[in-house]
Amino acid sequence: MAGAAGPGTGAGAAGGDGDDSLYPIAVLIDELRNEDVQLRLNSIKKLSTIALALGVERTRTELLPFLTDTIYDEDEVLLALAEQLGNFTGLVGGPDFAHCLLPPLESLATVEETVVRDKAVESLRQISQEHTSVALEAHFVPLVKRLASGDWFTSRTSACGLFSVCYPRASNAIKAEIRQHFRSLCSDDTPMVRRAAAAKLGEFAKVLELDSVKSEIVPLFTNLASDEQDSVRLLAVEACVSIAQLLSQEDLEALVMPILRQAAEDKSWRVRYMVADKFSELQKAVGPKITQDDLIPAFQNLLKDCEAEVRAAAAHKVKELCENLPIEGRETIIMDQILPFIKELVSDTNQHVKSALASVIMGLSTILGKENTIEHLLPLFLAQLKDECPEVRLNIISNLDCVNEVIGIRQLSQSLLPAIVELAEDAKWRVRLAIIEYMPLLAGQLGVEFFDEKLNSLCMAWLVDHVYAIREAATNNLMKLVQKFGIEWAQNTIVPKVLVMANDPNYLHRMTTLFCINVLSEACGQEITTKQMLPIVLKMAGDQVANVRFNVAKSLQKIGPILDTDALQEEVKPVLQKLGQDEDMDVKYFAQEAMSVVVQRLRKLDLPVKDCDEPSAPGADKNHFLRPRGPGEDAGKGPAYQLCVNPRETLAHPEIVGLVHFSQSRD
Amino acid sequence: MFDFLDCVADLKGKEVKRAALNELVECVGSTRGVLIEPVYPDIIRMISVNIFRTLPPSENPEFDPEEDEPNLEPSWPHLQLVYEFFLRFLESPDFQPSVAKRYVDQKFVLMLLELFDSEDPREREYLKTILHRVYGKFLGLRAYIRKQCSHIFLRFIYEFEHFNGVAELLEILGSIINGFALPLKTEHKQFLVRVLIPLHSVKSLSVFHAQLAYCVVQFLEKDATLTEHVIRGLLKYWPKTCTQKEVMFLGEMEEILDVIEPSQFVKIQEPLFKQVARCVSSPHFQVAERALYFWNNEYILSLIEDNCHTVLPAVFGTLYQVSKEHWNQTIVSLIYNVLKTFMEMNGKLFDELTASYKLEKQQEQQKAQERQELWQGLEELRLRRLQGTQGAKEAPLQRLTPQVATSGGQS
Repeated sequence: MAGAAGPGTGAGAAGGDGDDSLYPIAVLIDELRNEDVQLRLNSIKKLSTIALALGVERTRTELLPFLTDTIYDEDEVLLALAEQLGNFTGLVGGPDFAHCLLPPLESLATVEETVVRDKAVESLRQISQEHTSVALEAHFVPLVKRLASGDWFTSRTSACGLFSVCYPRASNAIKAEIRQHFRSLCSDDTPMVRRAAAAKLGEFAKVLELDSVKSEIVPLFTNLASDEQDSVRLLAVEACVSIAQLLSQEDLEALVMPILRQAAEDKSWRVRYMVADKFSELQKAVGPKITQDDLIPAFQNLLKDCEAEVRAAAAHKVKELCENLPIEGRETIIMDQILPFIKELVSDTNQHVKSALASVIMGLSTILGKENTIEHLLPLFLAQLKDECPEVRLNIISNLDCVNEVIGIRQLSQSLLPAIVELAEDAKWRVRLAIIEYMPLLAGQLGVEFFDEKLNSLCMAWLVDHVYAIREAATNNLMKLVQKFGIEWAQNTIVPKVLVMANDPNYLHRMTTLFCINVLSEACGQEITTKQMLPIVLKMAGDQVANVRFNVAKSLQKIGPILDTDALQEEVKPVLQKLGQDEDMDVKYFAQEAMSVVVQRLRKLDLPVKDCDEPSAPGADKNHFLRPRGPGEDAGKGPAYQLCVNPRETLAHPEIVGLVHFSQSRD
Repeated sequence: MFDFLDCVADLKGKEVKRAALNELVECVGSTRGVLIEPVYPDIIRMISVNIFRTLPPSENPEFDPEEDEPNLEPSWPHLQLVYEFFLRFLESPDFQPSVAKRYVDQKFVLMLLELFDSEDPREREYLKTILHRVYGKFLGLRAYIRKQCSHIFLRFIYEFEHFNGVAELLEILGSIINGFALPLKTEHKQFLVRVLIPLHSVKSLSVFHAQLAYCVVQFLEKDATLTEHVIRGLLKYWPKTCTQKEVMFLGEMEEILDVIEPSQFVKIQEPLFKQVARCVSSPHFQVAERALYFWNNEYILSLIEDNCHTVLPAVFGTLYQVSKEHWNQTIVSLIYNVLKTFMEMNGKLFDELTASYKLEKQQEQQKAQERQELWQGLEELRLRRLQGTQGAKEAPLQRLTPQVATSGGQS
């Protein structure tokens, strides 16, 4: 936009002449002033259109002053305005005029609401890059100074985010002033301002000359890191990462490390938590030597901290910490200085700590190699697989692939099985769902024999789970298994069991058969589909529950592409025709829809189509998903069963699909 | 310090400490002449060591003070005695603030204030009474306490919507505001406008709304000229989606109107009653009902009557429309009563408004259409300009030709 400003301006001005009478500024401003907030908001969001209509000059001389004067609006409107102005440089005439945007943004940077202020600062930062160096010193820097010495905390917090964008391009004299302003904000009376300054300290340090970092930033950092408010101190820890990257090892040791050590032992758990949370970044910033001397002992303390939050944050970092250690001597350090603490955490009293550890601990096996894994880690994995908290077990199982690479899964399989079985039958459906998702992975790693022997029955049991989401996941799981183990396996183990369910007294289970066929047919291929599945589907067309019948229609549509012409012509079409005459209008609808697909396919295969009904379904498409059930109608087993599931489950996965469907004639 | 998380550890030690603390409480409460100068530093040290601690992370990160049971402080058996002792110490007739102020300093107060975040309501109750006494006895700390309170509130509003002791702090402030000398200092007015009013925007308003409304009304009773600021502030923060909060706002507004001076009422009547009208049209019947109750308030009714030429036009359209459309019968009949009052108040104006109502509706529609046309025109213009600039970029020499062509095609 900025680059094209020259010719663009010309075009805009030329075309604008004729339109000026059409869009007098008063009309546009009326829109921006409308009493209805929503309309005001709409207008503001199209501010660029308005500016375009006015042309660059009138935008500068009329629109912007208006915006600057009427800045007392709803926060939502102000937020939109702050955002718009960040991209306005082209609309006011390019970089030479970018400073025209500063007055409204300056006001926006002082409002109370944080999101508006932050957006204004973001836009100011954006615009600062579009300023020429001269304009930056003439307009932008004075704005930053004004904000930095504003009398309410809002303008001073906003100023904190602007120093680093104007510092690198300022002259030396101005630079000194900017540093001075930043210094005073770091010791501001208001904690909000000190927090903002602490949050930007690292960013500011990066644009400073090294001398100034040492002489000015470090003392500021030291002060902030020992602030009376823990909310300030913890932000200093963040800054520490950036500052540490800038200093030499000696300076680091002398100037920063004492502070960091102190932070790792801060009396407030929030500060210690921050150290744990930023541990990998800190580790990279200070280098291997200081890590070894200082950070590892600090990390050990964090792993046994008295607050569970801190321990959990540290546990999360175990793998990253170990990975980032220099390869030489890594194994010894981990074995001697980290592992003993990890062993403790496996039996921690807090489940979040254990589950944080479980989510990363498997990653250690690749670092430590086969022997150490078997000797030292395996007992820990096994212990966690027996943990009382399902999340811990799940986290272990979900990371099995790491171990598989190193020692093979056989070592674990004996302990895995009970853990999997227990998770498979967990009372919380989300846990069951999670374990299903890992089944294909497990199957791949455990091999077909083990699977058939131990896990197959679980997979089949999920098909009749009372939560729809589980049945659905179980269906998809079968498909993935077939992809892994092949057609023959499917034909021998899965298909017969699925087909038996077609005779189940519960209509939900009968429908599951159909859902399974939908996903399995493709994986199994034409022969199995035609010979084994199709007859069952066709037979179910006579089911007494309408839901089953219209799912038959859907299934036929789905498996149609896999069948050959004969089957379509001789078997599918008659059944669909019959369903097309069904007394239930939804069955009719889906049957007709399926029919149209089948007919199309037959046409493609270039066969004459005989006596086909008009395949469209006029009028049948409304309300075809749900129909209110009449009072006193017995829904059979399904819905009564559903009432037992807890409301959260039903909320997350409403079993609408499972509601029995009755034909209206029965009322 | 004893570990109360482990409830069987060192039972004997705990009992000894409890007995000793009990004795101290008894002693300072009933015996005269024990509070001599040399014991002050020890007393304050004993209190600091025992009560000042970093509060543990909340076990329930989405702790909802209205729904969830708070986590009670496990070491309360000791803590309570320490607080009790502190309180009696402060209230003792022998207590000398001039001596104590050397030890009860700004840092002490800051740490005391941080404890207000405790989840345990028993602890906050003690803290409230204690801070109140400290404010009363240490004149030098008053400004500092007020400043720190406002920092806590500002952080609560703008940075971190979690602080358990807001209601307690507001309760103390209520009594502090009550004692402000007139005329009010700028600092106090600023506190009202920039801290108390924005506090209304916080999600958990219901937990401390009663105390907050009390503070606001206290201010207005002190200085009526603040009314306009306050009401405009409330209108700015008026809840958009939370009906529960809307009802609270309406309640507070009525409290304010109860004490409003007629001269102030005139200044805000129009925006205020437009908001009230919006509330009446709320599909949530409790909001509509609460708003309509304003007309049951005799004082408000008299204000409306005195200014009916402004108030009536501001609400008439909405009332008229809602009386025909609202789903709830109670609301409809309440609105009829209000319209009847208006009719009796000023029949002529009422008739005029009824007559102009339809006309306005039509005008509104027309305006909406005009607006749509305006924006459509603008959008076309924008596209034309975009094409223009693109043309300019791609082929600067032929710039004019495509432009003429497009605008010719459009018109």
